[in-house]
Amino acid sequence: MKAMGNVFKYADNVDTDVIIPARYLNSFDAKELASHAMVDIDPEFAEKVRPGDMIVAGKNFGCGSSREHAPLCLKEAGVSCIIAKTFARIFYRNAINIGLPIIECEEASDKIEAGDKVEVDFDKGLIYNKSKDETYKGQPFPPFMQELIKAGGLVNYTKAKAE
Amino acid sequence: MGMTMTEKILAAHAGVGEVRAGQLIEANLDVVMANDITGPMAIPVFYQMAEKVFDKEKVVLVPDHFTPNKDIKSAENAKSLREFAHKQGLTHYYEIGEMGIEHALLPEQGIVAPGECIIGADSHTCTYGALGAFSTGVGTTDIATGMATGKIWFKVPSAIKVNVTGKPSRFVSGKDVILHIIGRIGVDGALYESLEFNGDGIKNLSMDDRFTIANMAIEAGAKNGIFPVDDITLSYLKEHTKKDYTIYEADADAVYSCELEVDLSEVRPTVAFPHLPGNAKTIDEIEKGEPIVIDQVVIGSCTNGRIEDLRKAADILKGKKVNSRVRVMIIPATQNIVLQCIEEGLAQIFIEAGCSFNTPSCGPCMGGHMGVMAAGERCVSTTNRNFVGRMGHVESLIYLASPQVAAASAIKGYIANPEVIL
Repeated sequence: MKAMGNVFKYADNVDTDVIIPARYLNSFDAKELASHAMVDIDPEFAEKVRPGDMIVAGKNFGCGSSREHAPLCLKEAGVSCIIAKTFARIFYRNAINIGLPIIECEEASDKIEAGDKVEVDFDKGLIYNKSKDETYKGQPFPPFMQELIKAGGLVNYTKAKAE
Repeated sequence: MGMTMTEKILAAHAGVGEVRAGQLIEANLDVVMANDITGPMAIPVFYQMAEKVFDKEKVVLVPDHFTPNKDIKSAENAKSLREFAHKQGLTHYYEIGEMGIEHALLPEQGIVAPGECIIGADSHTCTYGALGAFSTGVGTTDIATGMATGKIWFKVPSAIKVNVTGKPSRFVSGKDVILHIIGRIGVDGALYESLEFNGDGIKNLSMDDRFTIANMAIEAGAKNGIFPVDDITLSYLKEHTKKDYTIYEADADAVYSCELEVDLSEVRPTVAFPHLPGNAKTIDEIEKGEPIVIDQVVIGSCTNGRIEDLRKAADILKGKKVNSRVRVMIIPATQNIVLQCIEEGLAQIFIEAGCSFNTPSCGPCMGGHMGVMAAGERCVSTTNRNFVGRMGHVESLIYLASPQVAAASAIKGYIANPEVIL
């Protein structure tokens, strides 16, 4: 599985309240949520993001609330992958469960800049920065999570197991 | 090699003799909880997997975030939750009039007990660790799967041992203790880990203090926070639950990733400044600077809306008036707490002091309703998060504090030391 796109860059501790503020949580329509993605930290994000684009951030990405609206709105907005030094654990679970690829890599987080073109190979955990011609080694998913992702998320995995 | 308390509970729920940090397991669930924001979103996901919930006694739904319904869309969501609860015949669905903020309501109603394995589609589900349960927050897909199957996958967390000693001073409560801890280890200081509290200082923390501390374990990134079961826990349980339960203790040779010493006698009233719960300052540091003038005070939430919190606030507000520039909202966390406030005369103290006295709701904590803030406004809040825009406008500022500091600040009109008010 691979992803490729341009990078939006953010700092440490991007919380779910800025990814999708609670004032929009009276809806769980993915398209509506996507139109407000990142609004409190980057009001132009929803306008500028194109299918395939990536988010690169520092540590503890997605901290705070358990709202699955957060990874959902980013996926719907077209984000193909999030690279961070670390992810908050509920965001980590939610992203895997809905099939939004995420990868932890300290070096990539430090070296990738906003606007860089990046390609990610999830099976190998390799991140290639086309703009800088650099390759960074991220943490590939453990086998169980790869199974989950291959099944298309937790719902399909659970259904397949029941049969 | 021994196991931590969390490892023991997870091993028992995975049906194995032993688990180790890092191991992936599938655990049986005792309680699966959702609210009016995460629940409605989970319903269509649930129906992709099942027609009936795995156990109608164990699936708990509490509309508390945008209720009493704040707008039409929220009303539609609350309606779908209500219809689902009725269709599934759930025992534990709590409507307006009997509801409360989920993390105060579930322990009060005796729905959660020691040794249990609990998930909730709300990040502050870690609150029930105060009772010696393994309890953690998850998202919509996980909760839908839990409702359908009664099982969920976990990575067994490593644990930080927090050694608690000493006795807190009169104006220091659980909120100061947890803000002090997060200030020391940071908002990702316990990322993916368990915070296991231990030591002879725990006997000096009331049940409500422990709920507040476990509640905010997530603000240090923790998967769960957990307290040992002692006489204080047992007397709380005797009053609140009829459930059978198992008490687990950490082995003496359990393995921890690190240890943290907390001497309660040294903890000062502590405030977390914008925009992170880890941005902690003591009241002494604050008093040295220019006064931080405020516009609003909120005393309530799953963190600090319990009876003891409100007694402490009333103790400070009794016979006084809140500053005329400050809007003060008191939000008891459950209907029983509302009633207790009336019976004990606290409601009268709050109202005579010039505070509003409200029905239970998460309300302003996440900028939902009942206290949304405008640009440039500052709020001292007993809630749990002070992120950018959390309570309203992106340019509003939130200072997290204990009920005592919040009440003192309400009187003075700036962040104030409760020690000098009384």
